[in-house]
Amino acid sequence: MDKIRVLIVDDSSVMRKIVERSLRQAGIDLDKIFEASNGAEALSSLRENPVDLILCDINMPVMNGLEFVSHAAMLESAKGVPIVMITTEGSENHVVQALTSGARGYIRKPFTPEQVKEHVLPVLAKKP
Amino acid sequence: MSTDISFVTRSREENWQPILEIALEEVFEIMVGSRVRPEPLSAHTPDREFTAMVGLTGSLCGILTICCSGKTAGAVARAMLGAAAQSQEEVRDALGEICNMVTGNFKNKLAGTDDRCKLSVPTVVSGGHYTVHSMLHGVSITTLVLFEGGPVTATLQLSN
Repeated sequence: MDKIRVLIVDDSSVMRKIVERSLRQAGIDLDKIFEASNGAEALSSLRENPVDLILCDINMPVMNGLEFVSHAAMLESAKGVPIVMITTEGSENHVVQALTSGARGYIRKPFTPEQVKEHVLPVLAKKP
Repeated sequence: MSTDISFVTRSREENWQPILEIALEEVFEIMVGSRVRPEPLSAHTPDREFTAMVGLTGSLCGILTICCSGKTAGAVARAMLGAAAQSQEEVRDALGEICNMVTGNFKNKLAGTDDRCKLSVPTVVSGGHYTVHSMLHGVSITTLVLFEGGPVTATLQLSN
């Protein structure tokens, strides 16, 4: 697999670091990591910096993860980019809502690096 | 033939105490890399130099707080991030995320509540000289674990 560019969206800088570490532990070769602390920042980042994968929290201030997924679907630079939600919001309703909005995967916090690998590798393999 | 009806006859406090304990244990095991077990509250003096809070609203209305000393909060952050955890901001952020995950984990384990219950983003208070006057009248459950010898308490207060 080629090196990939990733956008990690979470209002916690600690969680962003843990997600990045989990991706590395999963054996994913990272080219560049972009970070955003809410959905609005993530949209701005995507306009400037195209990526191959987005990992996104749901419960964030300013713009939450579900709103971000809906907006990202309309953004030219984000078309076809897989989005995997990583969140404490584990209800079936949230999962359905996220997947309906365009997310490709869903990981519940707390999570292990193995779970990140299990959910991220298949969506990267399907990427056009 | 006898049927076990203890679950329905016990109070919510009795039913939810083990769920809170498991929620806390799982978060420590997975995210902090430490197996912790509930300790008797009477055997330890809780420290609340750092307090992380996450509010719940909807089908469950209340607040979950995680309290510990500054030393223990720093140890939790280092365990999560390794040597990368340097600043007080990261220590607060780490404790807030622990509280967020314990609250979410607790909520996800209660069947039928998760769709109609929302969580706030975490708030962290540092400095132990304060008193909380809760407007909630209802369930209050606390569990205490030791992390690197320091007490960490999780308290859930829910309104009726």
